[in-house]
Amino acid sequence: MSAESLTSAFAEATIRTATPLMLAASGELLIERAGLINIGLEGVILGGAFGALVGATHGGVSAGFVAAAAIGVLVMFIFAAATLGMGADQIITGTAITLLSLGATGTLYRTLYGAGGVALSIPSSTPTAIPILSRIPGVGSALFAQPVVTYFAYAVIPLMWWWFARTQAGLALRAIGENPAAAIAAGVPVRRYRLAACLAAGALGGIAGGVLVLAQAGTFVEGMSAGRGFIAIAIVVLGRWKPIGVGVAAVLFAATTSLQYVAQAMGLDIPYQLVLALPYVLTLAALAGIGGRTTPPAMLARIE
Amino acid sequence: MIWLWPSSLQLQIVLRPRFAGQSEPLLRAGAVLAGLVVGIPLLLTMLGFDAGQATMALVRGSIGSMYALTSGTLVRATPVILTGLSVAIAFRAGVFNIGAEGQLLVGAAAAAGASLLPGIRTSHASPWIALAAGGVAGGAWAGIAAFLRRRFRVLEVISTILLNFVAANLVGFLVRGALQEPLHIYPQSAAIALAARLPRILPGSRLHAGFLVALAAAGLAWWVIRYTAAGFRLRAVGANADAARIAGEINVARTTTSAFIVSGALAGLAGAIELTGVTFALYENISPGYGYTGIAVALLARLDALGVIASGLLFGALEAGASAMQRDAGVPSVVVLVVEALIILGLIVAWPLQMGAPSGNREEAVAGERRAQEEGA
Repeated sequence: MSAESLTSAFAEATIRTATPLMLAASGELLIERAGLINIGLEGVILGGAFGALVGATHGGVSAGFVAAAAIGVLVMFIFAAATLGMGADQIITGTAITLLSLGATGTLYRTLYGAGGVALSIPSSTPTAIPILSRIPGVGSALFAQPVVTYFAYAVIPLMWWWFARTQAGLALRAIGENPAAAIAAGVPVRRYRLAACLAAGALGGIAGGVLVLAQAGTFVEGMSAGRGFIAIAIVVLGRWKPIGVGVAAVLFAATTSLQYVAQAMGLDIPYQLVLALPYVLTLAALAGIGGRTTPPAMLARIE
Repeated sequence: MIWLWPSSLQLQIVLRPRFAGQSEPLLRAGAVLAGLVVGIPLLLTMLGFDAGQATMALVRGSIGSMYALTSGTLVRATPVILTGLSVAIAFRAGVFNIGAEGQLLVGAAAAAGASLLPGIRTSHASPWIALAAGGVAGGAWAGIAAFLRRRFRVLEVISTILLNFVAANLVGFLVRGALQEPLHIYPQSAAIALAARLPRILPGSRLHAGFLVALAAAGLAWWVIRYTAAGFRLRAVGANADAARIAGEINVARTTTSAFIVSGALAGLAGAIELTGVTFALYENISPGYGYTGIAVALLARLDALGVIASGLLFGALEAGASAMQRDAGVPSVVVLVVEALIILGLIVAWPLQMGAPSGNREEAVAGERRAQEEGA
């Protein structure tokens, strides 16, 4: 394999892995800045993936993404109802939501689409090349000849930065995560903000699941989120609860994951499973590295 | 020591709300059972299955016969009692160990490694050596997360989840490398020798001695938590780390680290027992998520060690019955996850869990511990 096609394959794999992680992690960032933590993000992504399958079989790719977002919102509504509405512990609720989603999508999939075996053929999202940018040698087509949802993921990160830094609502949300009492005193409707953050995170997590089905696998597989929800949570910490940081962390994680393709292409004799474990080990090391020098939102996982 | 007395008394008062209302466990058990009896047929009907037929299969496969009860329910209950215990002990200390799955996997891998060693392979002590190896490996795996938490303040919720993935890949690596069967065809280890397997304890069934080990572990944990100084420290730290440190002069960091490692050892033991009692070989999908089920088991038991036996038996019955339901009534067995999730959600909403802190706010305990660490405890 030539150096250029190798670079291109590496960039392509990186973007492919990073897209759903960026979407899901930016949703998690939103609620963590509001002082909530959702360990059940995995369930949101999986629900979104299943929603995408149902939507796309009935109404094509766009309907698939809408359904993915809708199921994500639904799952997060359950989370919000239990934690915000009834004061249930967030970690436990999140764990339950993952189980619920795994069980419900698995059961419904086998009930609605037979016991598997037959790979469903559903419409998938075709790449849209951006003129000029996609012609950049090496990485151009990897970065800029992507399904539209990838460009959406590129846009979410800077948009979120702008929203947190420059808007009244973004400031209010951050205040809620740091000091809800002060936010209440300032007249911020804390619960409404938190609910809105949950639902937005649900939409983003659901779309992340939709990406897996509609832009990558082209079908639904039980448990296909394969731990991405948990990784996205780690990425939020790794990105130090900042939008740009989260974007960078997602790309770094994806790049480490994509090293396996490079290793394969170069014919390196490294055990495959060890390469697969590498991103998790490096994430742990990175978390340890920033451990003492980063501050989570003061109210993280606390409810008044 | 005279100065300990009044402060311990204060702690007792702080801890009291935990033990108030002795009839509550019965009430909760009744609510869960009623929920299952009504809920499962309802859920099956909603999904469009023949609820009668499926429910019958569920009952038949779990408690319908002596064989189903012993070879199905009790065998399935064994690993989830241990992982439930693992989670309960960690959560009692305010440690969010979500990593029982990974600790179980390395426990199973260590047990396989020990059972296949030339000197140990056919020894009569082999199964017990394997269990010890599994416990040590699980404890060490949890120890990584405990170290990262204590030294670098890495949230254990995240580190243990990441370590689950590392453990899964480690097992995948081992069954294709050092531990692969001699012909190097299948990604699994050789079957362990007969002498290395846990003895069967009931003729004509698959029930093995590991079940008794799980019961003994639960009984021991209950006694330790309830009657020993270490158990008192565990409860005190979980209830309110600040109070434990200031009033009880308890070394909070040491207590949580110990609880974390013991928790990992129990999950590792579960993996070793599954390997030496049920699968007899190591392969990648050796655990169908026993570590995650353990979280549900522990919560259903309200983190009580003896309660874990009861909830472990219930989940064992559910999972054994779900297999029969899939076989006989065509209902996907993953539906049992929905049932588990609904049990957790129902309980957590109906009886918000006091993870320890009387105010119901466990994060204060964590924050208190952080402060203790920062002050160089």
